[in-house]
Amino acid sequence: MATIAMTLSRVHFGGKSELGVSSLFSPSTIAHRCRRQASNKIHAVMTPTQSQRPLSTTGSVKHGMTMTEKILSRASERSQLEPDENVWVNIDVLMTHDVCGPGTFGIFKKEFGENAKVWDREKIVIIPDHYIFTNDERANRNVDILRDFCMEQNIKYFYDIKDLGNFKANPDYKGVCHIALAQEGHCRPGEVLVGTDSHTCNAGAFGQFATGIGNTDAGFVLGTGKLLLKVPPTLRFILDGEMPDYLLAKDLILQIIGEISVSGATYKSMEFIGSTVESLSMEERMTLCNMVVEAGGKNGVVPADQTTFNYLKDKTSVDFEPVYSDGNARFLQDYKFDVSKLEPLVAKPHSPDNRALARECKDVKIDRVYIGSCTGGKTEDFLAAAKVFLASGKKVKVPTFLVPATQKVWMDVYSLPVPGSGGKTCSQIFEEAGCDTPASPNCGACLGGPRDTYARMNEPMVCVSTTNRNFPGRMGHKEGQIYLASPYTAAASAISGYVTDPREFLR
Amino acid sequence: MAMVAATTAAAAAKPFLSPVRSQSSYLPFLSLSYTLKSSSHCSTFPILRSSIRPQPNSKPFAISASSSTSTSITTFHGPCFVVGDNIDTDQIIPAEHLTLVPSKPDEYRKLGTLALIGLPSSLYPTPFVPPDSPSTHYPIIIAGANFGCGSSREHAPVALGAAGAHAVVAESYARIFFRNSVATGEIYPLETETVGLYRECTTGDVVTVDLAGSRLINHTTGKEYKLKPIGDAGPVIEAGGIFAYVRKTGMIASSPSSA
Repeated sequence: MATIAMTLSRVHFGGKSELGVSSLFSPSTIAHRCRRQASNKIHAVMTPTQSQRPLSTTGSVKHGMTMTEKILSRASERSQLEPDENVWVNIDVLMTHDVCGPGTFGIFKKEFGENAKVWDREKIVIIPDHYIFTNDERANRNVDILRDFCMEQNIKYFYDIKDLGNFKANPDYKGVCHIALAQEGHCRPGEVLVGTDSHTCNAGAFGQFATGIGNTDAGFVLGTGKLLLKVPPTLRFILDGEMPDYLLAKDLILQIIGEISVSGATYKSMEFIGSTVESLSMEERMTLCNMVVEAGGKNGVVPADQTTFNYLKDKTSVDFEPVYSDGNARFLQDYKFDVSKLEPLVAKPHSPDNRALARECKDVKIDRVYIGSCTGGKTEDFLAAAKVFLASGKKVKVPTFLVPATQKVWMDVYSLPVPGSGGKTCSQIFEEAGCDTPASPNCGACLGGPRDTYARMNEPMVCVSTTNRNFPGRMGHKEGQIYLASPYTAAASAISGYVTDPREFLR
Repeated sequence: MAMVAATTAAAAAKPFLSPVRSQSSYLPFLSLSYTLKSSSHCSTFPILRSSIRPQPNSKPFAISASSSTSTSITTFHGPCFVVGDNIDTDQIIPAEHLTLVPSKPDEYRKLGTLALIGLPSSLYPTPFVPPDSPSTHYPIIIAGANFGCGSSREHAPVALGAAGAHAVVAESYARIFFRNSVATGEIYPLETETVGLYRECTTGDVVTVDLAGSRLINHTTGKEYKLKPIGDAGPVIEAGGIFAYVRKTGMIASSPSSA
């Protein structure tokens, strides 16, 4: 039903010159209305404790709201919100990690007092993940600070690591926060999640509002459970068409960032809909939402559907209520893409919007490949890389570093059979291809980190990476050159030693 | 107790600022208390720094309303440091230094010595903070579009503020950087009315930022530029950040110990 409706109103747009910007405030959200009919999980967002009868209940001045507006409306106990309004929002989950946690706790203690208690010990999730497997004393100290605070405050969700020599000896340790949040059931439709990390927007894949904040704001949330947020207007991205088997969500988001630039969504929400998005797995939806901050976006959202609910099964016992954009919701702009016409992409140095076709860069000789991070270090990312290695039957020509995002991903790499391989695991395929042994799960060299970080670029090299940023110095050396790419493209490039379109091997 | 008091006050308060509204469409709401400094007053040192930004090791929220209104900061003056578009947080403070915790006074100061150390030296031969110096000679940074893009690290505005910078004048900001600048009160994130201003300025040009008049004067080139009014974010930064501001305005209890 949704697919048919979308076909009727679909306009095909492919490359840059064909960017589709349809009318402002487009009323055509047929797909949404269909989903609303299909799902009985929709609830009114208005608070029952309003003393005055809100105008919106009379039906006479009811404005449609986007998903993001509705989530913030419910969280601020308001019946109606407009973009650009500033509202106090109740926070469902606050996440922090070893890089920003200590500073956040410092502010919390300074402002609320040495003996202050956090607002809700069950709504705070603390995930050491950035600088873990390092001898840097200050980095190690910061993890100790997290532990001390969690003990003192009796924080319910603290994914600790004590034995740095063997991550598997730490049953609580997860790894990269954004993926751990998803895997541990902390991402739920309709909720508000804030975290002291810009890629907190990753969780928008679950149809929730999720955004990155600084230490001071996080310190405020720790004490009060509230945050003043400005309601962002929404840009809508309608991705239709069958996804070719050589593309991944990374290509889609690189296409979008290339289109709107690294500041094209500044202060705005990015909502992803369309038949392609509906067909994406949760991990692929995460890749899409993870990089909205690279376009300057405040948050990204994908409407929750059966794929979302299936993923959440057995992960959380918390009740959640998804919300969806109204049929008459107002969007600042619509961008339409025919995904079937897209090609594998890279973002060239030194900006995530420096888009190029992978095949246009085939003469770029590379020194290494990195597969990891919250953006490109999930189970499906490694399965995708393994698929290319398997299809090629060749060995890598450059050092290829693999850093699973979490302990769960690491286990999957070592246990899940790769389709079509006769039962081989990713780890076996990587070994046969000559890759480095998959490393201990953490943020790794995505953001450089301390000098002794595994796979950090300490020399001015050229790297194809499945990570999220390629500004100067991002992975270590200021003169290093980073080509951001999908796991397919990264694996294909590892095999040839040049930036390579994965169709070279996947056909 | 502190928590309860803050929660109630916060819940009852109506939104009081627009930290994420950078395109200021309003006039600054402190319109009366400005004491414009003479632009001929040439000092390469940060002006009145100690009166607006408490040192991290001092009790930060001791500012009383009366003393702060009488010392309203309206101008910054000195040589500027000029950078281009899309200066991301890794260039402002590279991730390897994020082990430094901004709320620890000695590490706060160390962050200051590392401000903008991630800029490629081929493009920026002059360092923002000289080696072995505790602070910068440049109280004002002039930049292109999307300054502070990238990570949510509050270390970025903190490093600039700890280095002794007072204001960034850019065409636009990444959202989280702007918000963190206001929330910490470390630095004024000011926006230009025009595009390409940074191309007309050179590192070392002596400039004046006039907050009340919303303008930037480049004394070296003799040119003057309009800035967008800082709007409601101004008083928050002037107070020394969001916590200081809400205490000053009585929105939350005046000090942690009394709450």
